[in-house]
This record gives sequence, C-alpha cells and structure tokens, in this order.
Amino acid sequence: MTKEEAESGRDDMVIDGAEQANAVPDGFDANYLRIYYGKLFPHADMFKWMSYGNDGKHPACDRSYFGRREFSFTLENDIYIRFQSFNSVTELENSIKEKCPFKIDIGPVYSVDPAKRHAYAQGGDNVFTPVERELVFDIDITDYDDVRYCCTGADVCLECWPLMTIAIKVIDTALRDDFGFNHILWVYSGRRGVHCWVCDGKARRLTNEQRAAIADYFRVYKGNENSHKKISLPGPVLHPFLARSYTEVLKGFFEAKLLPNQNLLSCQERYEKILEMIPDASVASELRGRWQENKRASMSKDDINLVRWEQLKSVLQSGKQKTQGLRRCVEEVVFSFTYPRLDMEVSKHMNHLLKAPFCVHPKTGRVCVPIDPNNCDEFDPTTVPTLSQLLEELNRGGVREDAENELDGTSLGESVKFFRTSFLQPLLKSCKEEIERSYNAKLQQSKNTLSW
Amino acid sequence: MEVVQSHRKSSSNNVIVSTLPLYRSAPPLEVRLEDFELFAMDRLRVLKGISDGLGRGKKPEEMEKLIAYLWKANMRHPHANEEANKDIISHFVLRLVYCRTEELRKWFLSMETTLFRYRFRFESSEAQRALMSEFKLPYKAVSNAEFESVKDKLGQVARSMGQTLAAADAIFYKVPFEEVPELVAGRRVFIHKGHAYVAMNQVVSLVVTQFRSYLSKALILTNRKWTSTVREQEKDRLAPIVEALCTSYLGPDYSQPNEVGEISLKDIYQIAKTSFPLCMRHLFEKVREDHHLKHGGRMQLGLFLKGVGLKLDDALAFWKAEFAPKVSAERFDKEYAYNIRHNYGREGKRTDYTPYSCQKIISSTPGVGDHHGCPYRHFSEENLRAALVRMGVSSRAVEDVMDKVRNRHYQLACTLTFEAVHGSSCDAGINHPNQYFIDSQRILQSKNGSVA
Repeated sequence: MTKEEAESGRDDMVIDGAEQANAVPDGFDANYLRIYYGKLFPHADMFKWMSYGNDGKHPACDRSYFGRREFSFTLENDIYIRFQSFNSVTELENSIKEKCPFKIDIGPVYSVDPAKRHAYAQGGDNVFTPVERELVFDIDITDYDDVRYCCTGADVCLECWPLMTIAIKVIDTALRDDFGFNHILWVYSGRRGVHCWVCDGKARRLTNEQRAAIADYFRVYKGNENSHKKISLPGPVLHPFLARSYTEVLKGFFEAKLLPNQNLLSCQERYEKILEMIPDASVASELRGRWQENKRASMSKDDINLVRWEQLKSVLQSGKQKTQGLRRCVEEVVFSFTYPRLDMEVSKHMNHLLKAPFCVHPKTGRVCVPIDPNNCDEFDPTTVPTLSQLLEELNRGGVREDAENELDGTSLGESVKFFRTSFLQPLLKSCKEEIERSYNAKLQQSKNTLSW
Repeated sequence: MEVVQSHRKSSSNNVIVSTLPLYRSAPPLEVRLEDFELFAMDRLRVLKGISDGLGRGKKPEEMEKLIAYLWKANMRHPHANEEANKDIISHFVLRLVYCRTEELRKWFLSMETTLFRYRFRFESSEAQRALMSEFKLPYKAVSNAEFESVKDKLGQVARSMGQTLAAADAIFYKVPFEEVPELVAGRRVFIHKGHAYVAMNQVVSLVVTQFRSYLSKALILTNRKWTSTVREQEKDRLAPIVEALCTSYLGPDYSQPNEVGEISLKDIYQIAKTSFPLCMRHLFEKVREDHHLKHGGRMQLGLFLKGVGLKLDDALAFWKAEFAPKVSAERFDKEYAYNIRHNYGREGKRTDYTPYSCQKIISSTPGVGDHHGCPYRHFSEENLRAALVRMGVSSRAVEDVMDKVRNRHYQLACTLTFEAVHGSSCDAGINHPNQYFIDSQRILQSKNGSVA
C-alpha cells in the first residue's frame, strides 16, 4: 500500500501484517540510532555548514579548516570522548555511523587539529587554542521554574513553552538589528529549551571578552531566592533595546497570555510574589487589602488576573506616585516574569561544547530540529518528530531509490529543507563572497607593496 | 623604536605631547641598580593602594581622589624629566615581576589598566584626542546628518544612565561594537547594525580596552623572554630583586594549606559554626539543607574547604554524603567526583586551583538557584540581617554592618562581623575567606588552647 493510503485509512483499517511490521515502539537505543544515522541524519549538510565555504576549490580555501574543529561524542554507557576531529565528510559520517553516539557536541575550531594537540601544549609560538567559534546561546525553561506553575523541572507544555518563544523573539531581533548579525540558527534542544547559533564570520572570531559583553548586554535578571528584587531597571528611561523588547514583545505576551494562563494574581500565594516586588510597603498593603476582601466577592466576567493587574498598574502609575521606582515597578514585574534568561557561561567561552542540531534527545526521543524565528509562535515542542516515529515513517515508505527521497518521505525532511534554504545556503553564499573578497584584498595589497 | 620621551615640550612646532606614556617599548635609558628596585617599589605601593581601594568597593569619585593621592605620594619627582623616566622604568620592572603566572598577570593587568584609566581622565581633551590617535582606533566621527537620525535613541541611552544628551555640538564616534565591550556590557551605548555610538566622554573606555589588550599580550611575551633567556643571564643581579618584589606585596598564597595543617571531616561541622565567614556558612548550610549545590556554589565552597585543609578523600566523602539523599553513589561518582578531583589538581591539565578571594566572590553573579557570591552584596537587607542574627551578631553591630553594606563596603562589613563574632578587632581587614578562617582559628585556639 502507498504511504498516502496508509495514512488516510489508518484509523479505519484493520491492522494487517504490513501495518504491524511498520509500527515502531517508542524508545531510544543504539539500534534505532544506527538507522537514524544511516538514513536520516544530514551528514553532508553538517559538513558543509562546519566548513564555512572552505571545502570549495578557490585557492583561498583553507583545507585544514574543517579538520581543526572539535567534536565530542557521548557514547552508550555514558562514555564521553572529546577532541574528535575529521578531515572530510566521509570521515565524519563513517565515525558517526560506526560509533553511534547518543549525543554529538560541537566545539570550537582550534589553531591546529585537535588530534595533534599534545604536540603543541604549552609555550612557544604554536599553542593549541581556539581560534573560531560560533556565538551561542542556551535558554532552558527550568531557569523559569519560579515563574511557571503549570510544570516544573524537565516538563514543558503549551502553556509555558511560549516563554521560549518570546525569548527567541527578543534575542533574535537584537542580534540582527542591534549587533548586525545575519546568519542565525535557532534549534530546539530536544526537551526543554532552545539553542542559538550565530554563524557570521564576525561572530565566530569574537574573543571571550566580547562574548561576555554581549551576554551582559542581554542580562537583566540577577537574582535568586536570597535577594527579593531580581530585576532592577534603574534610570528614568529604559535603554532602547529594553524599551523595544518591552513594547514589542514582553508587555503584550505578559498581559494577554502569561498572566491569565498562569493565574499569577488569582490567589494569595501567587500574588504575594508580585507584591513583594513593590518597593513601597504601604502600596503593597493597599493592594493586598483590596484583593483579600475581594476573594469571595463575585467577580465581573473578566478574568480576575486581568482585573487585578489593571488595579496594580493604576495604583503604581498614577500621578500620585512621586518616586521613580514605583512607576518603573510595572515594567520590572513584566520583565521578571518574561524577559529571556540566558545561561551566561555557555555564551562566554569559546571552548564551550554545545549539542549539535539534528541530534536525538535520549530522554524524549525528539530530534533537535531548527526553529524558524519568524514563525516561532507556530512551533510546538509536543509535535516534534521522535526517533521511533521517524523509523516508523521509514518503514512505511518501503524501499526508496536514494537517500534524499528517504529523508523527504519523513517528517524530518521539512526540517532539513528549512535548514538548507533559510540558513545554510545564504550562509555559504556569504562565506564564499568573504573568502573571495579577502583573497582579492590580499592580492591587491601585495601588488601595492611590489610596485616601485 | 618609538621615541618614548614624554614630557611637555614647549617646542616650536607647538605639538602638545601627552604626559601619559603608553609603555609601548622599553626605554633606551640607563638605570641604576638601586633605582631599579626603588622605583618598582614606589609604583607597587600605588598599585597595591588601588587594589585595596577596589576591594573596599570605593566609588569612582573616591578612586579618583585616591589615585591622585597615591601617585603624588609615591611617583613625583622635582624634575619632570626624571618623573617621566621613573614612570616608565617602574612599569617595565614590574612587568618582569608580574609576568610569571596567570594570577600575577591578571592582577597586574587589572591594576595598571585601572591606573591608566584614571590618569587618562585627568588629561585635557586635546591630550586625550592625541592619545586616541596614537592607538589608531577604528572610529569615525558621526556626521551631522546621521546624528539627527539617531539623536532620539542617543538621548534615550543617555537618560537611561541618568545623564542628558549634551548640547548640539555633542561629538559621537561610531565604532564596531566589538571595540567597546565594556560599554556594550553595561548597555551604555546605542548599538545599531553592529555599530556602537560612543559619546566623547566614553571614549576613555575605547582607549582603556586598547591599552589593556596591548599590555596583556606584552606580558605574555615578557614572560617567555624572561623564562627563556633573561632569567638565567640575570640570576645574580636582577633575578633576586624580581623574586623578592613579587612575594613581598601580594600577600599570602592560599593555594597551599601549609599554614593550617589538615582538618578532618568530623571537625568540619564544628568549625563551620565558629570560623567560617558568612558566605561559606551560607553555602555550607544550604548544601546540608538542600542536599545539593549548583556549580558556582560547589566551586566557591569546595575550594575554600581545600584551603582550610580538607584532603581530597575527605572532600569526596563530604560531598557524597551531603548529596546522598538526592544523588545515588553511582551518579555522584559519574557526575560530581571528577570535578572535585579536578579542583584538587588530579585531573585534566592538573591546575591546583586557588580558593577564591573576596574580590572574586564579590564580583560573581549568582543566578537562579545559586547560593554563592558575597552575602553582603547579594542578599536582600532582610535576609542579610536574619543571617547575621543567626551568627550571633548583636543588634547594634548588625546596624553597623548594614551601614557598611549600604555604602557598598562589603569587605568592611565582613570585617565588622568578624569583630562582633570574635570579640576582637581585625586590623588588616578581610580580603579572603581563608584568611577569615585562619584568623578566627587563631583567636579561638589562643582562647581555648585547642581546635575550637
């Protein structure tokens, strides 16, 4: 039977032998992975990406470039091997297929092939050190556990996932508009967060200090349970970046979605958290008093959270309030709930290893697929293809003539296509231009110095 | 070689030459051997004074006064020529002293950069512009037309810092954002498409970054040269002076727990109550309460315990036992033991890590779920008071401590706490948690004649 027939008639059809043979029980193990790496993992695309145009024929291409990139593999039984490097796509592909890593991490490009690092160790002019590395970000929803009530820990649902969506919007806009980066890849981390890879040449060549500066530019949240006020937005006016994030993304999301969906003001335990953020105790008591009274009174049709939020805003932002701090408090509350919380350490160091896109997450079986930042509202982590689902789709597809079609026949095909058209191709085009441009500039320079 | 004569020339071509040297190359001067040491010691007094000032959390205006005073007291000379020579010679001698290890380099770099920053600010704006051009910074003055188009945003940034945009003749420079990491990190500039718009008064940051980067590279080269050739040649003449200068001023090195002797695991619980500074008490309490600590906390407390004299095996037993309710012995061995061994220099590149100083702890950034950092800085007033009361500090002393905290004198606050808890004065002030511990034990032992 054809794939179309199988899918449309699936519910009604009697389960015959063929159908049962296609079914793949949920799970994650070396056997599944072997097939995944054999037929679906986009080895060639990863190679092209990591080569940044140096796999071409142009004389200025650096043939050693790809070989100086560190990969690390986590094998079955938690065996972890670092400093893996490959000189060609074939070596990469064969190693992955042979070792079947449960996780693949990508590290920096070093000054020399990591395999030869011991020959260089300390001192002298030839040191073993990172020379290029994408600017990366890691956002994990567990860092928001103090502001989401629907899930905790590793769980994620459609109520709290939008926190990731708005994080993407805020950071992506800033990376493009403020920092001028263009080649940005957002990836689902497979369970509870997102990763961001900024691949412009300029980004790859940033020093640790510059990376730390960018991470600090993005940092607003500074607290933990020992301090009460976790966000502090001093100054009469917000920096344009914060102001834009607030008006374009955070305010709307907080008021329309987060506040009602997470019931942030509906009961005392929850509204206390917000009242705690108000620096003026008398204002906080005033609101507390009103809300305690209203607890049993019948409310209007409007959501209680929205009603109380309006009350809070009008008290804090009324003309009566003299101190700057109180007016700013509304923004601080919104920021403390919604503003992106990045893992600073991931972004600051060139030698940090980060999971490769298109890996499969061992605990969920989901593939780490790219996310389109322009359409991130549509992304649903609960429908991301899983390993067993993909294998089932392969089974149903039957024998195909070539690898390309096999991939296309599965739900992963769409993700790989997106990866290619909206990220890889524009990136490689720009790399090629950069290589040619710097080559021509060098030629020109040497011509100039030779002229008498 | 660049000409390094830097004093005011009232020469015919009317060139204003700055009094601030850039230390680009070693001076072609002859130095008397006594001056070699004396000049360096005078400069070291200045640098040490700066280090103290920073450690006490002095504000910029206070640092300005302090540095002006330190320079005048130690580096002045009746002849301007001689003064300039002393400045340069002392700097280069100290390079020899402080190039030898990563920690020394970091300290020297930090102090010299701070010194340079304040001296730059003292210069006139023409002198500043002259210095900027010496650095060959890739900045462009913003045209009037462009200024008009971004004026609003520039004004917003200024107001967000509590300043106003200067009058219509405000000069702004446009630089690639990577050139001004400090300004980007603090959101003190408007950035657009990768360019930062830097106000004239922020130019200091540009220059300082260049100075720092140059000196950082120079120190590494100096170290190579010293270790490979100079030290041997100078082993009877300069080397002894250089070695002596280093140890005499940097204070005790807490990486070797020689002064303390060993502490056994069962003693730890007792001495935590009596001799740990608040930062470590808090971490210690939390790990016992939560049966877990995040990475930052494990590092800060773990290294402190190492400095206190806890041996590796006892350390492993301690963490394993405390984590036991949440982490199985197997998982502990897999996920945590390696890092503890790493801290003791038994893994990886075998660096024997030094326990963190107050300066480092104060400047750390604890986030969600973290308990490290300096409680005097990172706790809310309420939480800090409660913690101090639990330590047994009298209410009068608590007020004194809180007063110091409000003025951001975190180390002084800790010193007062020490004095209140032990009933004796601590003249040297607290600079390092292990110093607090040693001093505390010393007092308690002299009172009881045994380990308290």
